[in-house]
Amino acid sequence: MKQMRPNDMMLQVSMRLITLIIFAFSFYLFLAGHNNPGGGFIGGLMTASAILVLYLAFDMKTIKKAIPFNFTTMIGVGLLFAVFTGVASMLFGFPFLKHFFDYFQFPIFGEVELTTALPFDLGVYLVVVGAALTIILAIAEDDK
Amino acid sequence: MNNLIILPIIIPFIIGAVLIIFPKHHRLQRVVSGFTAVGMLLLSIYLAIVVYQNGIIVLEAGNWSAPFGIVLVADMFATLMILLTSLLSAACLFFAFKTITPQREKFYFYPFYFFLLVGVNGAFLTGDIFNLFVFFEVMLLSSYALIVNGGTKYQLRESFKYVIINVFASALFVVAVAWLYSVTGTLNMAHISERIAELEQTGVVNVIAIMFFIVFASKGALFPLYFWLPKSYFGPPAAIAALFGGLLTKVGIYAIIRVFTLVFYHEPSYTHKAVIVTIAGFTMLFGVLGAVSQFDFKRILSYHIISQVGYMVMGLGIFTPLAVAGAIYYIVHHMIVKTALFLFAGAAERVTGTTDLKKMGGLLKTHPVLSWLFFISAISLAGIPPFSGFFSKFPIILAGFQEEQYIISGVALLVGLLTLFSMMKIFSYAFWGKQKHTNEQAKLPIGKLLLPIAPLVALTIILGIAAEPIFQYSLQVAEQIMDPSIYIESVLKE
Repeated sequence: MKQMRPNDMMLQVSMRLITLIIFAFSFYLFLAGHNNPGGGFIGGLMTASAILVLYLAFDMKTIKKAIPFNFTTMIGVGLLFAVFTGVASMLFGFPFLKHFFDYFQFPIFGEVELTTALPFDLGVYLVVVGAALTIILAIAEDDK
Repeated sequence: MNNLIILPIIIPFIIGAVLIIFPKHHRLQRVVSGFTAVGMLLLSIYLAIVVYQNGIIVLEAGNWSAPFGIVLVADMFATLMILLTSLLSAACLFFAFKTITPQREKFYFYPFYFFLLVGVNGAFLTGDIFNLFVFFEVMLLSSYALIVNGGTKYQLRESFKYVIINVFASALFVVAVAWLYSVTGTLNMAHISERIAELEQTGVVNVIAIMFFIVFASKGALFPLYFWLPKSYFGPPAAIAALFGGLLTKVGIYAIIRVFTLVFYHEPSYTHKAVIVTIAGFTMLFGVLGAVSQFDFKRILSYHIISQVGYMVMGLGIFTPLAVAGAIYYIVHHMIVKTALFLFAGAAERVTGTTDLKKMGGLLKTHPVLSWLFFISAISLAGIPPFSGFFSKFPIILAGFQEEQYIISGVALLVGLLTLFSMMKIFSYAFWGKQKHTNEQAKLPIGKLLLPIAPLVALTIILGIAAEPIFQYSLQVAEQIMDPSIYIESVLKE
């Protein structure tokens, strides 16, 4: 007997909305980390959960087409981001991982503090997203 | 330029991260990792020379001064260990090129190989006790991946035990660090040492010291925490087993030596001369008894790791400059010879297709170079005079007699005899006797396999012939680590 494919329209439509909100919140958490609770780790985990929710609502193939990233490669790129923020300060003659910050004027946001801790956090973010999704997808695709 | 000392950590880190990106290109992976291994070797030689000439180099990461930020400290002991690490990792890597199957290579073999080196080098260089824990975890996580790589049934079963014991030991490590932090209020090792000196090591500090000893003993395979080692090192292919046999337990031993010379050195009559010496004696004896009872090439070598780790800890336990220098010389000798022996086991397995001694025989006739090189390493391990094994055991046992530790010295001499016996057992079963492998196997050329091992064998001969200057060097290392004020002053700059 052929298995019936259930019609999960409610799930799919609501997930399209909810995913957007989770993405936005995870991005907020990622940027807020310097002065408020948040940061690369929790932001990355939440982004991973947003993508995971998409995997739950749709099937593997559709999502692979929509998000054509290789998550294992993402780990490597994230590690490189993190280490090169440390190496960059070495090139200017400072010790490894010395961070810099300055204040900049932006048209809408006004005065914003930009630090080199942000690219480091971006590295953490990419590693967390990549690792979480690699683990989950490796288990999910295991029976093939 | 202080940033020099972080290069042994970040170079393998960057290369490992780059190698993740293209796992399927075997050739490119090999070329990149081969060049990196050689580059690391040259770098670590340079580093050792610089530190030898200029004294301890300290790097304050992120420009935060000593007790508040993380410091990396390169003293002579650390740079010596880094030099040995890069030597062994290069030898094992070139051996792996020839022996490891593409099936195993495909699953991120080389990235994990370099992350393992990140962890090991970091553990040697760090000056912060929690950072030491982090680097231990980096090393262990990569070693889990390497030890199970290939996924045979045996590997899965034995690496499970390996993971469980190490996860437990790591949890204990965190508890020990938490306890130490609650007593001293700092994590920087130099600063901890200063505070412990003010507290006068009594009561709870001794308990913490023993707890650290238990943690590092389970990583370094000391009695009674060595049971995981012989079986889990039997599973992976020879190149990995050789790297682990040469490297991983010695990181635990390094941590023991570092902690018990820098921090907990105020009560040597209790910690060093009672606890450590006793444990060392049992470790040597039970390790070598295990080796004598085995009939498998790799298993005998694995049990020998345990008994020889005992010698190093015995050197620390006797705690005179002569004994500690002997322990350091022993580490140098052991890392080189043990790796060479494991690689010989791999080469012999390549020829005969087995590591069971009863199914081997007659390798001397068909592969004489392999056999005689093995013979040199084997008697060097047992401590026969012209080679490095003798000159590393001699100072330890001499110091034992000088300090009137007669029982442990007697045990050490007996263990040397039993070591010789079990090495000769390998030689007489696998190399002498009637040829048990087929004529086709006898014609297998293994010259390329011997190329990465030959430098290691040459080094054990050189270490034996040039014992005088090398012993002077290890005596200087021992004097440096036995005077903690040098370390503390160069870190805290008072």
